[in-house]
Amino acid sequence: MSFIKKPIARHPNLPKNKLGLTRRDYEGALSTLCAGCGHDSVSSAIIEACFQLSIPAHRLAKLSGIGCSSKTPTYFLNKSHGFNSVHGRMPSVATGANLANRDLYYLGVSGDGDTASIGLGQFCHIMRRRLNMVYICENNGTYGLTKGQFSATNDKESKSRKGVDNMFESIDLAALAIQLGAGFVARSFSGDKDQLIPLIRAALSYKGFAFIDVISPCVTFNNHAQSTKSYEYFREHNEAVGFLDVIPENEEISVNYGEGKSIEVNVHDGSKMVLHKLNKSYDPGSRRKAIGKINDSRDKGEIITGLIYLDQNEEDLHDTLLTTEKPLNQLKKKDLSPGLKKLRQVNKSFS
Amino acid sequence: MTKVNDFVIKFANVNGSGSASANLMFAKTIFRMGIPVSPKNIFPSNIQGLPTWYEIRVNKDGYTARRDGVDCLIALNPQTYQSDLKELVKGGYLIYDSTMERRFPRKDINVIGIPMASICAEHYDDPRQRQLFKNIICLGALSVLFKIDISVLKGLIKEEFQKKPKLIEPNLHALGLGRKYAQENLSSDFDLQLKLMRQKSKKIMIQGNEASGLGCIFAGATVASWYPITPSTSLAEAFEKYLHMFRSDLKGNIKGAVIQAEDELSAIGMAIGANWNGARAFTATSGPGVSLMSEFLGLAYFAEIPLVLFNIQRGGPSTGMPTRTQQSDILSSAYASHGDTKQILLFPSDPRECFEMSVDAFDIAERLQTPVIFMSDLDIGMNDWVVDELSYNDKHNFDRGKVLSAKDLDSIEMWGRYLDIDGDGIPYRTIPGTHPSKGSFFTRGTSHDAFAGYTEDGRINAENLLRITKKFNKSTKYLPKSIRRNAKNKTDVGLIYFGSTAPAVDEAIDYLSEEGYNINKIRIRSFPFDRVLEKFISENNHLFILEQNRDAQMKFLISNELEIDINQFVSILNFDGSPLTAKFIVDEFKSKVKNNKKIVAKVKRSRTAA
Repeated sequence: MSFIKKPIARHPNLPKNKLGLTRRDYEGALSTLCAGCGHDSVSSAIIEACFQLSIPAHRLAKLSGIGCSSKTPTYFLNKSHGFNSVHGRMPSVATGANLANRDLYYLGVSGDGDTASIGLGQFCHIMRRRLNMVYICENNGTYGLTKGQFSATNDKESKSRKGVDNMFESIDLAALAIQLGAGFVARSFSGDKDQLIPLIRAALSYKGFAFIDVISPCVTFNNHAQSTKSYEYFREHNEAVGFLDVIPENEEISVNYGEGKSIEVNVHDGSKMVLHKLNKSYDPGSRRKAIGKINDSRDKGEIITGLIYLDQNEEDLHDTLLTTEKPLNQLKKKDLSPGLKKLRQVNKSFS
Repeated sequence: MTKVNDFVIKFANVNGSGSASANLMFAKTIFRMGIPVSPKNIFPSNIQGLPTWYEIRVNKDGYTARRDGVDCLIALNPQTYQSDLKELVKGGYLIYDSTMERRFPRKDINVIGIPMASICAEHYDDPRQRQLFKNIICLGALSVLFKIDISVLKGLIKEEFQKKPKLIEPNLHALGLGRKYAQENLSSDFDLQLKLMRQKSKKIMIQGNEASGLGCIFAGATVASWYPITPSTSLAEAFEKYLHMFRSDLKGNIKGAVIQAEDELSAIGMAIGANWNGARAFTATSGPGVSLMSEFLGLAYFAEIPLVLFNIQRGGPSTGMPTRTQQSDILSSAYASHGDTKQILLFPSDPRECFEMSVDAFDIAERLQTPVIFMSDLDIGMNDWVVDELSYNDKHNFDRGKVLSAKDLDSIEMWGRYLDIDGDGIPYRTIPGTHPSKGSFFTRGTSHDAFAGYTEDGRINAENLLRITKKFNKSTKYLPKSIRRNAKNKTDVGLIYFGSTAPAVDEAIDYLSEEGYNINKIRIRSFPFDRVLEKFISENNHLFILEQNRDAQMKFLISNELEIDINQFVSILNFDGSPLTAKFIVDEFKSKVKNNKKIVAKVKRSRTAA
């Protein structure tokens, strides 16, 4: 297997974004995942969201861990630098990268093996630190690349393809994210691009840690009748809390959804997020209620989707650490090295 | 017989009792009197209640290694009286807190009782003060016995409490109490004396970790990610201290970031991420941390990402002796990570070299696009050493290595992340965000071709691995060279050593030469090994390698890498966790050559000649 280049022929009338780029300018190499894999739909959604936001691809760094999901950064944004790190360790690499240059977008893609098992510790701590990045977990409840072992997000009531019971409790990544300080927490489905694309757009516009748990079925190992991460199971049990519009800077909000049902949020990049709630009483600004909502839905056998929690206090790790505005990787010797005169003072303090 | 500026003083304390700062003040007073001094802190992996020692060697000739035999024991820990007493030389002094008088089972020593606790009880009410001032009272009494220049000691106390001026007066008072007691009650017949000396060059007293942390500041490091572990913690803390001191603007914004990570895996991951993105970043740890970091070290090696990793070695294996020193991570660092990997190592031998090599380490890492492991140890890192003042060349510019700018990318026709354009095995790298349409690539730990694309073509992968080998083998031109010194008289006996054993080696070689053994020496300062070492090995027929580990790791590394018969080397090994003494080297050397007729015969000849 080698990585496969796509043909570069293009239709002349493709729509262009503010940068004059077409959607194709945001594509990557051809996917080598199984036909019908949920992950490919997520890649498409990422491409669409970045195209719509007119993100200069070179201003975005894409990072991943190990596994099927972590291969996907090859399949989108080929003008972006990518980093396929080691298993479960994408959060630490992303943290270092972000510390070095606070001006880029950071998009991390990992799976449930990375996120809920081997890298659970790093996942928890990156949220505590409120790193400014988007973390998408392509969650299929299984280890695809090693041929179908259960993962830690696989529900207890779910069975393997061969009918073997899963004996252990599952980890709810969205609930965990809310608990540990992620400011933007959403859940979606790879097959629902109408919901997923606005969520990715909003997450990219958000300053702070934005987490999207995307149920992304594994067609080969976990899409059977007794699985709770299959296309069919998801469609039957999805309970959306609402849907999201992202209104770019200088554009008016044109649709009115009725009083008390919409929440408008100004995002630091100048755009607006409008969350249209399906249930008037739901308050995505409360950690406690958001976690309660996840648990309630779960008890009812439903999978809650949409923007579940949003902390409007957009603050990131750099704000906490008081790092200088200019990206650290652009500082020069004169900014950094104190020089011999200062060294003499240090010498004096040890004499 | 009076001993002037040549003896060993040992404090036996209970940790957590506030003795450390008083002990340091005593050592620093000696340093300020211009006398060569080397304190060693021998401490437990514990916060309060266990035995701790502070050993100070004073030597007018400038020998600063540890020395066996204690001339003056300040025995303040009844738990260890028995064993401490054994170390005292015949005719030595034992000073103890005689609030509770006691007898000691040795007649050949001088016992001096100072009722420290009862003086304290008389003058202080607060229990914590009673404990802390006991150490200062003791210091006062010692200053009288050793005839210390009191203005130096008073000046130090004022400096020590500069930030808490309220404490200056009470400390000076306690010092006075101790002095008064000694003047009124103790005999002036005390044979150990400290006399002012003039230093040949400007000296400082500093710990290696402090110097390394400072070196990282001068090297322009902006990101430090670390996880607390003895004995490396003070390095990251020193960096953070100097970061705030030198790189903070008027608004309080800082040109750098320090993250205390959740574990070592994350600490190295962050440092790699930051380096990948064009910042100079490092992490600091010790053996157990290096074990955890191994996977990432392999990634940085294979994906060719610069990184500086400080390994402040401690006693192993496993958790081992966390507060003792060893050089036992040589092989695990040189070959850190699975698959075919080799890492660049630097071996500093004192805090001054820690500073210099820390500055250089970042240039080396970026020039070679690979991890550089800085192999310090607890002795260098956490003990105070007297060294020449640190220096820095303002004209030195950072060597960022082969990094392409947007302009560069526009002017070249073809670029591949792992293409060997210059024939030195070092490819050109790009930093994210540089150019809108050129220079992006996918960094990966999977097998890749010259254009960073994934490949399972074995030949392409092998070619890439060979290029990295070429880069590694050619790297010695950027690394600090071995330093060799030949004996005065021609000899073919050579001693190979590295790191913190240097002071003991220097002293031992002097003693041995007095006995007629001429020894050439070479101090290794980096790995891969340079031509200087190869030449030294080819020129000496009797080769000894000194190292602080059980398995002769450096010997294996040398014979493996330079393809030399391992039987050509004789190992001198020490791994008890203590800094080496010259006597140990002398004894070991002599016992190893006892049956070697060639060496012994030569010694006899040179004696006759003399």
